[in-house]
Amino acid sequence: MLTKRLIACFDVVAGRVTKAQQFQDNVDVAPAEALAAQLYADQIDEIVFYDITASAERRKIDLETVQRVARHVFVPFTVGGGIRSVDDMYEVLKAGAEKISVDSMAVRDPSIIRAGAEAFGRQCIVLSTQVKRVGRRHGIRSGYEVFIDGARQATGKDAIEWVREGESLGAGEIVVNSIDHDGTASGYDLEITRAVADAVNVPVIASGGAGTVEHIRAGLVDGAASAAIISSILYSPRMDNVTVAELKRGLAAAGVAVRPYLDG
Amino acid sequence: MIGVIDYQAGNAPSVGFALAHLGVEHRLVRDAAALRDADRLVLPGVGAARATVDSLYQADLVDALTERVLRDGVPFLGICIGLQVLFEHSEEGDVDTLGWLPGVVRRFPDSVRVPQIGWNEVTTTRAHPVTDGLASPAHCYFVNSYYCEPADPDVVLGLTEYSAPFCSVAARDNIVATQFHAEKSGPVGLGLLERFARWEHRC
Repeated sequence: MLTKRLIACFDVVAGRVTKAQQFQDNVDVAPAEALAAQLYADQIDEIVFYDITASAERRKIDLETVQRVARHVFVPFTVGGGIRSVDDMYEVLKAGAEKISVDSMAVRDPSIIRAGAEAFGRQCIVLSTQVKRVGRRHGIRSGYEVFIDGARQATGKDAIEWVREGESLGAGEIVVNSIDHDGTASGYDLEITRAVADAVNVPVIASGGAGTVEHIRAGLVDGAASAAIISSILYSPRMDNVTVAELKRGLAAAGVAVRPYLDG
Repeated sequence: MIGVIDYQAGNAPSVGFALAHLGVEHRLVRDAAALRDADRLVLPGVGAARATVDSLYQADLVDALTERVLRDGVPFLGICIGLQVLFEHSEEGDVDTLGWLPGVVRRFPDSVRVPQIGWNEVTTTRAHPVTDGLASPAHCYFVNSYYCEPADPDVVLGLTEYSAPFCSVAARDNIVATQFHAEKSGPVGLGLLERFARWEHRC
Protein backbone atom coordinates (compact mmCIF):
# COMPACT_ATOMS: atom_id res chain seq x y z
CA MET A 1 0.00 0.00 0.00
CA LEU A 2 1.00 3.62 -0.45
CA THR A 3 2.79 4.71 2.73
CA LYS A 4 2.71 8.07 4.48
CA ARG A 5 5.78 10.23 3.95
CA LEU A 6 8.08 12.11 6.30
CA ILE A 7 9.45 15.19 4.53
CA ALA A 8 12.35 17.18 5.91
CA CYS A 9 11.97 20.87 5.20
CA PHE A 10 14.96 23.16 4.73
CA ASP A 11 14.59 26.91 5.05
CA VAL A 12 17.76 27.93 3.27
CA VAL A 13 19.57 31.26 3.58
CA ALA A 14 22.88 31.67 1.73
CA GLY A 15 23.37 27.91 1.34
CA ARG A 16 22.66 27.13 5.00
CA VAL A 17 19.61 25.60 6.63
CA THR A 18 18.01 27.83 9.21
CA LYS A 19 15.13 27.32 11.60
CA ALA A 20 12.43 29.88 12.31
CA GLN A 21 9.61 30.19 14.80
CA GLN A 22 6.34 31.41 13.33
CA PHE A 23 8.28 32.57 10.27
CA GLN A 24 10.65 34.75 12.32
CA ASP A 25 13.94 34.72 14.20
CA ASN A 26 15.80 32.28 11.97
CA VAL A 27 18.76 30.60 13.66
CA ASP A 28 21.53 28.83 11.78
CA VAL A 29 21.54 25.01 11.70
CA ALA A 30 23.97 23.58 9.11
CA PRO A 31 25.07 23.75 5.47
CA ALA A 32 22.21 22.47 3.28
CA GLU A 33 24.39 19.96 1.49
CA ALA A 34 25.69 18.34 4.68
CA LEU A 35 22.29 18.18 6.36
CA ALA A 36 20.75 16.68 3.21
CA ALA A 37 23.41 13.97 3.05
CA GLN A 38 22.89 13.18 6.72
CA LEU A 39 19.10 12.95 6.40
CA TYR A 40 19.36 10.85 3.24
CA ALA A 41 21.59 8.41 5.13
CA ASP A 42 19.03 8.49 7.92
CA GLN A 43 16.37 7.38 5.36
CA ILE A 44 14.19 10.47 5.20
CA ASP A 45 11.46 9.94 2.58
CA GLU A 46 11.75 13.31 0.87
CA ILE A 47 13.38 16.72 1.16
CA VAL A 48 11.87 20.14 0.50
CA PHE A 49 14.16 23.10 0.01
CA TYR A 50 12.89 26.68 0.26
CA ASP A 51 15.17 29.54 -0.69
CA ILE A 52 13.29 31.72 1.80
CA THR A 53 14.80 35.09 0.91
CA ALA A 54 14.81 34.77 -2.89
CA SER A 55 11.29 36.13 -3.27
CA ALA A 56 11.73 39.11 -0.92
CA GLU A 57 15.14 39.95 -2.40
CA ARG A 58 13.64 39.70 -5.90
CA ARG A 59 16.40 37.41 -7.10
CA LYS A 60 16.53 33.99 -8.72
CA ILE A 61 16.76 30.89 -6.62
CA ASP A 62 20.18 29.70 -5.41
CA LEU A 63 20.67 27.03 -8.10
CA GLU A 64 24.20 26.21 -7.02
CA THR A 65 23.05 25.04 -3.59
CA VAL A 66 20.09 23.21 -5.15
CA GLN A 67 22.46 21.27 -7.36
CA ARG A 68 24.90 20.50 -4.54
CA VAL A 69 22.03 19.03 -2.52
CA ALA A 70 20.62 17.11 -5.50
CA ARG A 71 23.94 15.35 -6.07
CA HIS A 72 23.67 13.66 -2.66
CA VAL A 73 19.97 13.00 -2.36
CA PHE A 74 18.44 9.97 -4.05
CA VAL A 75 14.97 10.53 -2.66
CA PRO A 76 12.49 13.07 -4.03
CA PHE A 77 13.56 16.66 -3.82
CA THR A 78 11.22 19.65 -4.05
CA VAL A 79 12.48 23.20 -4.46
CA GLY A 80 10.75 26.54 -3.99
CA GLY A 81 11.47 30.23 -3.57
CA GLY A 82 11.66 33.01 -6.11
CA ILE A 83 10.06 31.04 -8.94
CA ARG A 84 8.23 33.38 -11.32
CA SER A 85 8.02 31.55 -14.64
CA VAL A 86 8.14 28.23 -16.44
CA ASP A 87 11.74 29.06 -17.38
CA ASP A 88 12.61 29.41 -13.68
CA MET A 89 10.96 26.03 -13.05
CA TYR A 90 12.96 24.41 -15.81
CA GLU A 91 16.21 25.77 -14.36
CA VAL A 92 15.36 24.19 -11.01
CA LEU A 93 14.48 20.84 -12.60
CA LYS A 94 17.75 20.94 -14.53
CA ALA A 95 19.57 21.48 -11.24
CA GLY A 96 18.19 18.15 -10.04
CA ALA A 97 14.82 18.82 -8.37
CA GLU A 98 11.75 16.82 -9.42
CA LYS A 99 9.09 19.04 -7.93
CA ILE A 100 8.58 22.79 -7.85
CA SER A 101 6.94 24.50 -4.92
CA VAL A 102 5.07 27.73 -5.56
CA ASP A 103 3.58 29.90 -2.84
CA SER A 104 3.39 33.71 -2.76
CA MET A 105 4.06 33.99 -6.48
CA ALA A 106 1.13 31.71 -7.26
CA VAL A 107 -1.20 33.94 -5.23
CA ARG A 108 -0.04 36.98 -7.23
CA ASP A 109 -0.26 35.13 -10.53
CA PRO A 110 -2.27 31.90 -10.32
CA SER A 111 -1.67 31.17 -14.02
CA ILE A 112 1.86 30.06 -13.12
CA ILE A 113 0.31 26.88 -11.65
CA ARG A 114 -1.41 25.99 -14.92
CA ALA A 115 1.63 26.88 -17.02
CA GLY A 116 3.87 24.70 -14.86
CA ALA A 117 1.47 21.76 -14.89
CA GLU A 118 1.14 21.95 -18.67
CA ALA A 119 4.89 22.05 -19.18
CA PHE A 120 5.99 19.46 -16.62
CA GLY A 121 2.88 17.59 -15.50
CA ARG A 122 0.62 18.14 -12.52
CA GLN A 123 2.77 15.94 -10.29
CA CYS A 124 5.59 18.47 -10.63
CA ILE A 125 3.75 21.43 -9.12
CA VAL A 126 3.38 21.69 -5.35
CA LEU A 127 1.18 24.52 -4.09
CA SER A 128 2.44 25.61 -0.70
CA THR A 129 0.12 27.75 1.40
CA GLN A 130 0.66 29.82 4.51
CA VAL A 131 -2.58 29.82 6.45
CA LYS A 132 -3.64 31.57 9.64
CA ARG A 133 -6.71 31.16 11.76
CA VAL A 134 -8.53 34.50 11.64
CA GLY A 135 -12.08 33.45 12.49
CA ARG A 136 -15.03 33.13 10.14
CA ARG A 137 -16.00 36.35 8.46
CA HIS A 138 -17.06 37.81 5.15
CA GLY A 139 -14.91 36.32 2.40
CA ILE A 140 -13.16 33.92 4.81
CA ARG A 141 -15.79 31.23 5.21
CA SER A 142 -13.40 28.56 6.50
CA GLY A 143 -12.02 30.91 9.17
CA TYR A 144 -8.53 30.47 7.71
CA GLU A 145 -6.90 33.14 5.56
CA VAL A 146 -4.02 32.76 3.11
CA PHE A 147 -0.92 34.84 3.81
CA ILE A 148 2.13 35.41 1.61
CA ASP A 149 5.67 36.77 1.79
CA GLY A 150 6.83 34.88 4.84
CA ALA A 151 3.45 35.23 6.59
CA ARG A 152 3.75 39.02 6.56
CA GLN A 153 1.06 39.85 4.06
CA ALA A 154 -2.65 38.98 4.34
CA THR A 155 -4.37 38.28 1.02
CA GLY A 156 -8.08 38.26 1.88
CA LYS A 157 -8.28 34.80 0.29
CA ASP A 158 -10.07 31.97 2.02
CA ALA A 159 -7.73 29.00 2.50
CA ILE A 160 -10.21 26.39 1.30
CA GLU A 161 -11.24 28.37 -1.77
CA TRP A 162 -7.59 28.95 -2.65
CA VAL A 163 -6.55 25.28 -2.44
CA ARG A 164 -9.57 24.27 -4.54
CA GLU A 165 -8.57 26.86 -7.14
CA GLY A 166 -4.97 25.65 -6.99
CA GLU A 167 -6.05 22.06 -7.56
CA SER A 168 -8.24 23.02 -10.51
CA LEU A 169 -5.36 25.02 -12.03
CA GLY A 170 -3.13 21.96 -11.89
CA ALA A 171 -1.36 21.72 -8.52
CA GLY A 172 -0.44 18.09 -7.82
CA GLU A 173 0.07 18.47 -4.06
CA ILE A 174 -0.98 21.00 -1.46
CA VAL A 175 1.12 21.97 1.56
CA VAL A 176 -0.87 23.37 4.47
CA ASN A 177 1.56 25.41 6.51
CA SER A 178 0.05 26.78 9.70
CA ILE A 179 1.52 30.17 10.57
CA ASP A 180 0.20 29.89 14.14
CA HIS A 181 1.84 26.51 14.72
CA ASP A 182 5.09 26.96 12.75
CA GLY A 183 8.13 26.10 14.86
CA THR A 184 6.10 25.81 18.08
CA ALA A 185 6.29 22.01 18.45
CA SER A 186 2.67 22.09 19.63
CA GLY A 187 1.29 19.82 16.87
CA TYR A 188 -0.13 20.52 13.40
CA ASP A 189 -3.28 22.55 13.01
CA LEU A 190 -5.46 19.49 12.49
CA GLU A 191 -8.63 21.42 11.73
CA ILE A 192 -7.36 23.19 8.61
CA THR A 193 -5.26 20.21 7.51
CA ARG A 194 -8.33 17.98 7.60
CA ALA A 195 -10.51 20.59 5.93
CA VAL A 196 -8.05 20.92 3.04
CA ALA A 197 -7.66 17.13 2.73
CA ASP A 198 -11.46 16.85 2.49
CA ALA A 199 -11.68 19.72 -0.03
CA VAL A 200 -9.20 18.40 -2.63
CA ASN A 201 -8.34 15.04 -4.20
CA VAL A 202 -4.60 15.60 -4.56
CA PRO A 203 -2.26 14.62 -1.72
CA VAL A 204 -2.12 17.08 1.19
CA ILE A 205 0.99 17.72 3.27
CA ALA A 206 0.74 18.86 6.89
CA SER A 207 3.28 21.48 7.91
CA GLY A 208 4.10 23.55 10.96
CA GLY A 209 4.15 22.34 14.52
CA ALA A 210 5.38 18.74 14.67
CA GLY A 211 7.20 18.18 17.96
CA THR A 212 6.46 14.55 18.79
CA VAL A 213 5.65 11.24 17.09
CA GLU A 214 2.08 11.67 18.30
CA HIS A 215 1.80 15.04 16.54
CA ILE A 216 2.90 13.43 13.29
CA ARG A 217 0.51 10.50 13.75
CA ALA A 218 -2.34 12.94 14.38
CA GLY A 219 -1.50 14.96 11.26
CA LEU A 220 -1.39 11.85 9.08
CA VAL A 221 -4.43 10.10 10.56
CA ASP A 222 -6.75 12.73 12.11
CA GLY A 223 -5.62 15.45 9.70
CA ALA A 224 -5.82 12.93 6.80
CA ALA A 225 -2.53 14.23 5.38
CA SER A 226 -0.55 12.05 2.96
CA ALA A 227 2.73 13.39 4.23
CA ALA A 228 4.14 15.33 7.15
CA ILE A 229 6.72 18.09 6.92
CA ILE A 230 9.08 17.98 9.86
CA SER A 231 12.05 20.14 10.66
CA SER A 232 12.38 21.37 14.27
CA ILE A 233 12.02 17.85 15.62
CA LEU A 234 14.92 16.72 13.43
CA TYR A 235 17.38 19.55 13.81
CA SER A 236 16.19 22.64 15.66
CA PRO A 237 18.83 23.82 18.12
CA ARG A 238 15.93 25.02 20.29
CA MET A 239 14.69 21.52 21.19
CA ASP A 240 15.73 17.90 21.71
CA ASN A 241 16.02 16.18 18.34
CA VAL A 242 15.03 12.69 17.27
CA THR A 243 16.17 10.58 14.32
CA VAL A 244 14.13 9.54 11.29
CA ALA A 245 14.53 5.93 12.45
CA GLU A 246 12.94 6.74 15.82
CA LEU A 247 10.04 8.53 14.12
CA LYS A 248 9.50 5.67 11.64
CA ARG A 249 9.48 3.08 14.39
CA GLY A 250 7.15 5.17 16.53
CA LEU A 251 4.70 5.71 13.66
CA ALA A 252 4.75 2.03 12.69
CA ALA A 253 4.07 1.09 16.33
CA ALA A 254 1.11 3.52 16.28
CA GLY A 255 -0.31 1.72 13.24
CA VAL A 256 0.70 4.23 10.54
CA ALA A 257 2.00 2.63 7.33
CA VAL A 258 5.40 4.16 6.59
CA ARG A 259 8.35 3.13 4.44
CA PRO A 260 10.12 0.85 6.91
CA TYR A 261 13.49 1.86 8.27
CA LEU A 262 16.04 -0.59 6.83
CA ASP A 263 18.83 -1.58 9.19
CA GLY A 264 22.38 -2.05 7.99
CA MET B 1 28.48 4.11 -21.97
CA ILE B 2 24.90 4.77 -20.85
CA GLY B 3 23.06 7.49 -22.74
CA VAL B 4 20.50 9.27 -20.56
CA ILE B 5 18.03 10.87 -22.94
CA ASP B 6 17.62 14.54 -22.07
CA TYR B 7 14.61 15.81 -23.99
CA GLN B 8 14.38 19.04 -21.96
CA ALA B 9 11.15 18.13 -20.19
CA GLY B 10 12.33 15.24 -18.07
CA ASN B 11 14.59 14.90 -15.06
CA ALA B 12 17.64 13.55 -16.88
CA PRO B 13 19.99 15.41 -14.46
CA SER B 14 18.62 13.44 -11.47
CA VAL B 15 19.30 10.16 -13.26
CA GLY B 16 22.75 11.45 -14.17
CA PHE B 17 23.49 12.28 -10.51
CA ALA B 18 22.44 8.77 -9.46
CA LEU B 19 24.65 7.12 -12.10
CA ALA B 20 27.55 9.40 -11.16
CA HIS B 21 27.11 8.38 -7.52
CA LEU B 22 27.32 4.72 -8.63
CA GLY B 23 30.45 5.44 -10.67
CA VAL B 24 28.70 4.36 -13.88
CA GLU B 25 29.92 5.95 -17.12
CA HIS B 26 27.10 7.93 -18.70
CA ARG B 27 26.28 10.98 -20.75
CA LEU B 28 23.17 13.11 -21.19
CA VAL B 29 22.17 12.78 -24.86
CA ARG B 30 20.17 15.47 -26.62
CA ASP B 31 20.52 14.57 -30.31
CA ALA B 32 20.24 11.56 -32.54
CA ALA B 33 23.98 11.23 -33.17
CA ALA B 34 24.83 11.13 -29.46
CA LEU B 35 21.99 8.71 -28.89
CA ARG B 36 23.35 6.32 -31.55
CA ASP B 37 26.75 6.36 -29.81
CA ALA B 38 25.36 4.98 -26.56
CA ASP B 39 25.43 1.23 -26.00
CA ARG B 40 22.77 1.40 -23.29
CA LEU B 41 19.90 3.87 -22.95
CA VAL B 42 17.78 5.38 -20.19
CA LEU B 43 14.61 7.33 -20.95
CA PRO B 44 13.69 9.23 -17.77
CA GLY B 45 10.62 11.36 -17.27
CA VAL B 46 8.65 13.55 -14.95
CA GLY B 47 6.42 15.32 -17.42
CA ALA B 48 3.15 14.79 -19.21
CA ALA B 49 2.82 12.12 -21.92
CA ARG B 50 1.98 14.51 -24.74
CA ALA B 51 4.77 16.95 -23.85
CA THR B 52 7.20 14.05 -23.67
CA VAL B 53 6.25 12.58 -27.04
CA ASP B 54 6.26 16.04 -28.64
CA SER B 55 9.71 16.77 -27.20
CA LEU B 56 11.12 13.47 -28.48
CA TYR B 57 9.84 14.18 -31.98
CA GLN B 58 10.96 17.82 -31.90
CA ALA B 59 14.49 16.78 -30.94
CA ASP B 60 14.34 14.21 -33.76
CA LEU B 61 15.13 11.39 -31.32
CA VAL B 62 12.35 8.90 -32.07
CA ASP B 63 13.89 7.20 -35.13
CA ALA B 64 17.33 6.85 -33.54
CA LEU B 65 15.80 5.58 -30.30
CA THR B 66 13.64 3.01 -32.08
CA GLU B 67 16.57 1.89 -34.19
CA ARG B 68 18.90 1.39 -31.22
CA VAL B 69 16.36 -0.36 -29.01
CA LEU B 70 14.20 -2.39 -31.39
CA ARG B 71 16.72 -3.13 -34.17
CA ASP B 72 20.09 -3.18 -32.38
CA GLY B 73 18.72 -4.52 -29.10
CA VAL B 74 20.71 -2.28 -26.75
CA PRO B 75 19.58 -2.56 -23.10
CA PHE B 76 16.92 0.06 -22.43
CA LEU B 77 15.49 1.39 -19.17
CA GLY B 78 12.37 3.58 -19.15
CA ILE B 79 11.44 5.47 -16.00
CA CYS B 80 7.95 6.81 -15.17
CA ILE B 81 6.81 8.63 -18.33
CA GLY B 82 9.67 6.70 -19.94
CA LEU B 83 7.62 3.57 -19.22
CA GLN B 84 4.25 5.01 -20.22
CA VAL B 85 5.33 6.19 -23.68
CA LEU B 86 6.43 2.64 -24.59
CA PHE B 87 2.78 1.59 -24.88
CA GLU B 88 0.42 2.40 -27.74
CA HIS B 89 -1.81 5.13 -26.37
CA SER B 90 -2.14 7.32 -23.30
CA GLU B 91 -5.35 8.76 -21.90
CA GLU B 92 -3.21 11.70 -20.76
CA GLY B 93 -3.71 14.20 -23.55
CA ASP B 94 -5.29 11.38 -25.63
CA VAL B 95 -1.98 10.87 -27.38
CA ASP B 96 -0.53 8.02 -29.45
CA THR B 97 2.77 6.97 -27.93
CA LEU B 98 5.71 4.87 -29.21
CA GLY B 99 3.80 1.58 -29.37
CA TRP B 100 6.75 -0.72 -28.64
CA LEU B 101 4.68 -2.67 -26.13
CA PRO B 102 1.01 -3.61 -26.64
CA GLY B 103 -1.34 -1.86 -24.25
CA VAL B 104 -2.59 1.50 -23.09
CA VAL B 105 -2.05 4.01 -20.29
CA ARG B 106 -5.02 4.95 -18.11
CA ARG B 107 -5.78 7.42 -15.33
CA PHE B 108 -6.27 6.27 -11.75
CA PRO B 109 -9.91 6.52 -10.63
CA ASP B 110 -11.04 9.40 -8.41
CA SER B 111 -11.68 6.97 -5.56
CA VAL B 112 -8.01 7.48 -4.64
CA ARG B 113 -5.96 10.68 -4.43
CA VAL B 114 -4.49 11.50 -7.82
CA PRO B 115 -1.59 11.82 -8.44
CA GLN B 116 -0.30 8.89 -6.46
CA ILE B 117 2.72 10.39 -4.69
CA GLY B 118 4.91 8.45 -2.31
CA TRP B 119 6.56 5.17 -1.46
CA ASN B 120 4.58 2.11 -2.45
CA GLU B 121 5.36 -1.59 -2.53
CA VAL B 122 6.58 -3.33 -5.68
CA THR B 123 6.17 -7.09 -5.85
CA THR B 124 8.12 -8.78 -8.61
CA THR B 125 6.24 -11.49 -10.47
CA ARG B 126 9.15 -13.38 -12.03
CA ALA B 127 12.94 -13.49 -12.15
CA HIS B 128 14.79 -10.84 -14.18
CA PRO B 129 18.46 -9.77 -14.06
CA VAL B 130 17.54 -6.11 -13.43
CA THR B 131 15.15 -6.74 -10.52
CA ASP B 132 16.79 -9.79 -8.97
CA GLY B 133 18.21 -8.76 -5.61
CA LEU B 134 15.31 -6.37 -5.04
CA ALA B 135 13.39 -7.29 -1.90
CA SER B 136 9.85 -8.33 -2.79
CA PRO B 137 7.95 -6.32 -1.88
CA ALA B 138 10.33 -3.37 -2.03
CA HIS B 139 9.28 0.22 -1.24
CA CYS B 140 9.86 2.50 -4.22
CA TYR B 141 8.98 6.14 -4.92
CA PHE B 142 6.05 6.82 -7.25
CA VAL B 143 4.65 10.02 -8.72
CA ASN B 144 1.96 9.24 -11.23
CA SER B 145 -1.60 10.00 -12.22
CA TYR B 146 -1.60 7.38 -14.97
CA TYR B 147 -0.59 3.70 -15.09
CA CYS B 148 0.05 1.23 -17.88
CA GLU B 149 -2.23 -1.64 -18.75
CA PRO B 150 -0.19 -4.10 -20.87
CA ALA B 151 -2.23 -6.14 -23.33
CA ASP B 152 0.29 -8.97 -22.98
CA PRO B 153 0.52 -10.28 -19.37
CA ASP B 154 4.02 -11.60 -20.09
CA VAL B 155 5.24 -7.99 -20.16
CA VAL B 156 4.46 -7.56 -16.44
CA LEU B 157 7.52 -7.85 -14.19
CA GLY B 158 6.29 -6.03 -11.08
CA LEU B 159 2.95 -5.16 -9.51
CA THR B 160 1.87 -2.38 -7.14
CA GLU B 161 -1.50 -1.69 -5.56
CA TYR B 162 -3.21 1.68 -5.86
CA SER B 163 -7.00 1.36 -5.93
CA ALA B 164 -6.23 -1.93 -7.77
CA PRO B 165 -3.04 -3.78 -8.72
CA PHE B 166 -1.23 -2.17 -11.66
CA CYS B 167 1.90 -2.99 -13.63
CA SER B 168 4.73 -1.03 -12.00
CA VAL B 169 7.59 -2.78 -13.80
CA ALA B 170 7.36 -3.91 -17.42
CA ALA B 171 9.96 -5.91 -19.33
CA ARG B 172 10.37 -7.62 -22.66
CA ASP B 173 13.59 -8.68 -24.37
CA ASN B 174 16.12 -5.84 -23.97
CA ILE B 175 13.51 -3.44 -22.54
CA VAL B 176 12.83 -2.90 -18.87
CA ALA B 177 10.78 -0.01 -17.49
CA THR B 178 9.68 1.13 -14.05
CA GLN B 179 6.73 3.31 -13.18
CA PHE B 180 8.55 4.31 -9.99
CA HIS B 181 11.55 6.63 -9.98
CA ALA B 182 14.53 4.31 -9.53
CA GLU B 183 16.80 7.37 -9.26
CA LYS B 184 14.73 8.63 -6.32
CA SER B 185 14.04 5.35 -4.52
CA GLY B 186 17.05 5.46 -2.21
CA PRO B 187 19.41 2.47 -2.00
CA VAL B 188 16.70 0.17 -3.47
CA GLY B 189 16.49 2.23 -6.65
CA LEU B 190 20.26 2.74 -6.90
CA GLY B 191 20.64 -1.05 -6.71
CA LEU B 192 18.27 -1.44 -9.65
CA LEU B 193 20.19 1.15 -11.69
CA GLU B 194 23.44 -0.62 -10.90
CA ARG B 195 22.05 -3.96 -12.09
CA PHE B 196 20.74 -2.31 -15.25
CA ALA B 197 24.22 -0.90 -15.91
CA ARG B 198 25.65 -4.43 -15.75
CA TRP B 199 22.81 -6.22 -17.55
CA GLU B 200 23.97 -8.26 -20.56
CA HIS B 201 20.83 -9.03 -22.48
CA ARG B 202 21.10 -12.06 -24.75
CA CYS B 203 18.80 -12.06 -27.73
